[in-house]
Amino acid sequence: MTLQNTTSKGVYAAVGMCVGGWLCSGLAWGLDNTVHEKTLGNGLKVVVKEDHRAPVVVSEVWYKVGSSYEHDGITGLSHMLEHMMFKGTKKHPPNEFSRIVSKNGGRENAFTGRDYTAYYQQLEKSRLPISFELEADRMRNLVLKKDEFIKEVQVVMEERRMRTDDEPNAVTSEQFFATAYINSPYSHPVIGWMNDLENMQLEDLQRWYETWYAPNNATLVVVGDVRYSEVFSLAEKYFGGLKKSAIPVQKPRVEIAQRGQRRVVVKAKAEVPVLIMGYKTPSLKTVREDWEPYALEVLAAVLDGGSSARLTKNLVRGAQIATSVDAEYDAFTPRQELFMVSGTPAQNKSISELEAAIHAQLEMLKKDLIDDQELSRIKAQVVAAKVYEKDSVYYQAMIIGMLETMGFNWRMGEQYSEKIRAVTAAQVRSVAQRYLLDDQLTVAVLEPQVMSNGATAPVVGGMSDVR
Amino acid sequence: MFAKVAKLFSVVGLCVLGGVAQAGIKIEHWVTPNGARVFFVAAPDLPMLDMQLVFDAGSARDANNSGLAGMTNNMLNEGADGLSADELAARFESVGAAYGASVERDMCVVSLRTLTDPALQKTAVDNFIRVVTKPEFPQQDFERVRRQVMIGLAQSKQSPDAVTEKAFYAAIYGQHPYAAEPSGNEESVQALTVAQATAFYKQYYVAKNTVLAMVGAITRADAERLAEQVTKGLATGEAAVKLPVAENANGGHEQRVAFPSTQTHVLLGFPTYRRNDPDYFALYVGNHILGGNGLVSRMSEQIREKRGLAYSAYSHFLPMRAEGPFIAGFQTRTSQAQEALEVMRATLSDFVVQGPSEKELEDAKQNISGGFALRLASNKSIVQYIAAIGFFQLPMDFLDTYVAKVNALTLAQVKDAFRRRIEPGKMVTVVVGNGPV
Repeated sequence: MTLQNTTSKGVYAAVGMCVGGWLCSGLAWGLDNTVHEKTLGNGLKVVVKEDHRAPVVVSEVWYKVGSSYEHDGITGLSHMLEHMMFKGTKKHPPNEFSRIVSKNGGRENAFTGRDYTAYYQQLEKSRLPISFELEADRMRNLVLKKDEFIKEVQVVMEERRMRTDDEPNAVTSEQFFATAYINSPYSHPVIGWMNDLENMQLEDLQRWYETWYAPNNATLVVVGDVRYSEVFSLAEKYFGGLKKSAIPVQKPRVEIAQRGQRRVVVKAKAEVPVLIMGYKTPSLKTVREDWEPYALEVLAAVLDGGSSARLTKNLVRGAQIATSVDAEYDAFTPRQELFMVSGTPAQNKSISELEAAIHAQLEMLKKDLIDDQELSRIKAQVVAAKVYEKDSVYYQAMIIGMLETMGFNWRMGEQYSEKIRAVTAAQVRSVAQRYLLDDQLTVAVLEPQVMSNGATAPVVGGMSDVR
Repeated sequence: MFAKVAKLFSVVGLCVLGGVAQAGIKIEHWVTPNGARVFFVAAPDLPMLDMQLVFDAGSARDANNSGLAGMTNNMLNEGADGLSADELAARFESVGAAYGASVERDMCVVSLRTLTDPALQKTAVDNFIRVVTKPEFPQQDFERVRRQVMIGLAQSKQSPDAVTEKAFYAAIYGQHPYAAEPSGNEESVQALTVAQATAFYKQYYVAKNTVLAMVGAITRADAERLAEQVTKGLATGEAAVKLPVAENANGGHEQRVAFPSTQTHVLLGFPTYRRNDPDYFALYVGNHILGGNGLVSRMSEQIREKRGLAYSAYSHFLPMRAEGPFIAGFQTRTSQAQEALEVMRATLSDFVVQGPSEKELEDAKQNISGGFALRLASNKSIVQYIAAIGFFQLPMDFLDTYVAKVNALTLAQVKDAFRRRIEPGKMVTVVVGNGPV
């Protein structure tokens, strides 16, 4: 099950092949001494990581704006603006951006999350200036046209229908977050509520663009077969002349204290129930003790760091209460986070049986120390993932961009593996005891409703000769 | 962070295989004593190894037991060589290795990614060999996996996307083995037995039915030794027989399926060509212009960019061992589905009648040749390319000559190929949604 924190413009979205594979994700980030950074006079931070394995380069521009910058009534604005960023500048007419990248053999896309909006191109290394010219242009010179907006907001509404409204698990996830958070902006979906999309105005977008799109609110990340000094010169040439802006300070909007468990039931046309549980936990930005988020990451890996981890071993194979069950936690966010466990019951098992079984697993973690084998498995995975991540320049750039944009820095990526390896069994038990508290829990349950008319019954013109 | 990046990856579709390679990748090929075909690329830069075993054992081999190939593949790591599923998983993960298994219509793939540190690699490879050559198909685990598959099948019934795809393949393939979903259906999966899975394994997981692809920081000598170790536990066996020709089963028909969704999903297409078809490049490049190049292609331009009718509108060919499908599709709110369908049909027939412009062809060539380097920039994608070269028996210089072949295409060749091979009137249309379209 995917919990949708990120949404993107491209048309490839539905075809990801990385389902559930930590092979594609990696627990850790690489140790590398070839990262170079520089801040231009206008405040644009440039981070370059040389990787000379293949003659390619990825270039990404990350803006410090995303759905957590929005308030009620204007949800979805950051993502909508991401779409409009392909709709032309004074210099380039609508959609020409994509045509130029395509003609140069590039792959491009963009994505919006709670705390960032990012744009990228992957290119043969000599074409980097093409990316810089286009990105610098649309950083300050976007022309928001009414006719383009009217069409594109329809596209985004279709995107919402496709990803969320017609997918019962996604609807459940959306309502889970809206229940878990009351005044934190993590409460609303990245793509925005439909009613806010229906009432969005071009002027809202114009204001959003003028407020957040400036070199001093962005990070340029380049990874690939390049020389950092040359990239710095190119960055200066294309981005150096852009004017900086006064960027407003984001209101803290610290989530109010949770006073007791929250539960929400979602009824939707579906076949299979789903359970989502989340405990309020700190992130590296909100924590008192620096080691705690790393211990929570290890805790998540004890539960769900592969097929030998506890949830699959004990609940899918052992007790056979779950068909699938996942745990996730993210230390690297600017706001209070959730430690989440979600799953689908096994055939003939109920949601409440699954929930009780998950609780029992969590209680064990509060009571007993995890064993050495589990810790050494997680450490081995972290070491391996550090190597595997280097197989992709895109992934390396992603880590840098994300850290820089969410108020951390790329060095924390390098230190990650070391930090994880320093976590002890006692620390894991300690964070389980401190944070996995019933009063800090939010639960969402998808209760499937009968799919009317039968999902597959032909209505008109059904073919008799087709099964 | 772990979770977030994983999510991003699946959302932006990074892992989707794009196309081809940079010149100069040296593919080494040999055949093991018992007949497995091996393809190897040395990649010394990173201390890791990717291994893929591809068997001609996809769901097209299910015969009357739909879902059997999938169940057999699912069961490999559920008990092997005296070790339980728990123990097998623990061995892979204790050394940071990743095991993967999947089934498509044509093939099944069993894969391993490991570090090349000798001790870690040995543990991972030994375990991989165990899983591939000595699976035990324990009855209890078989029953559990069956229940898991049943839940997956139920879940696919609640997704309009999955419902549409299932109806589409059933419609265009009729009685051909490609008609069924690789995961089977509830009735067929309920009827599967351990004996059937064991027999399927014995027939299809054999050396002569296998391609082994390896990319990593090992020498040719290491690779030969590894290939020998991995395959020697497989029976020699025989390659699977050739699949029947896929006729266009229901050309011209329209099928409508009621579904309680806000959008209507539409797919149109028919079986077209095999992977080694002489028109491969002309059709690939033509479709790149028609609907294969994301936002820049005609389908997206007409349906999304000009009219705002859908988030995703595309077309692609999926050439396979037998005639793979041409698929064009979109999804939009029901009230405008008819309009979008008309635009898609008009775009398609215009393209077949008029063909692309000289400029469009030139741009497509520049995209494909200019982006060639991206396609072999990671071990992950190289191993998939060489596995495909092996499985589809493509020429060894396939990657080296790819750009030249694309660049040599003329407008007349692309037009001609589309006129001969793509007849819009013979396409099947599948419409899934909650109202009249």
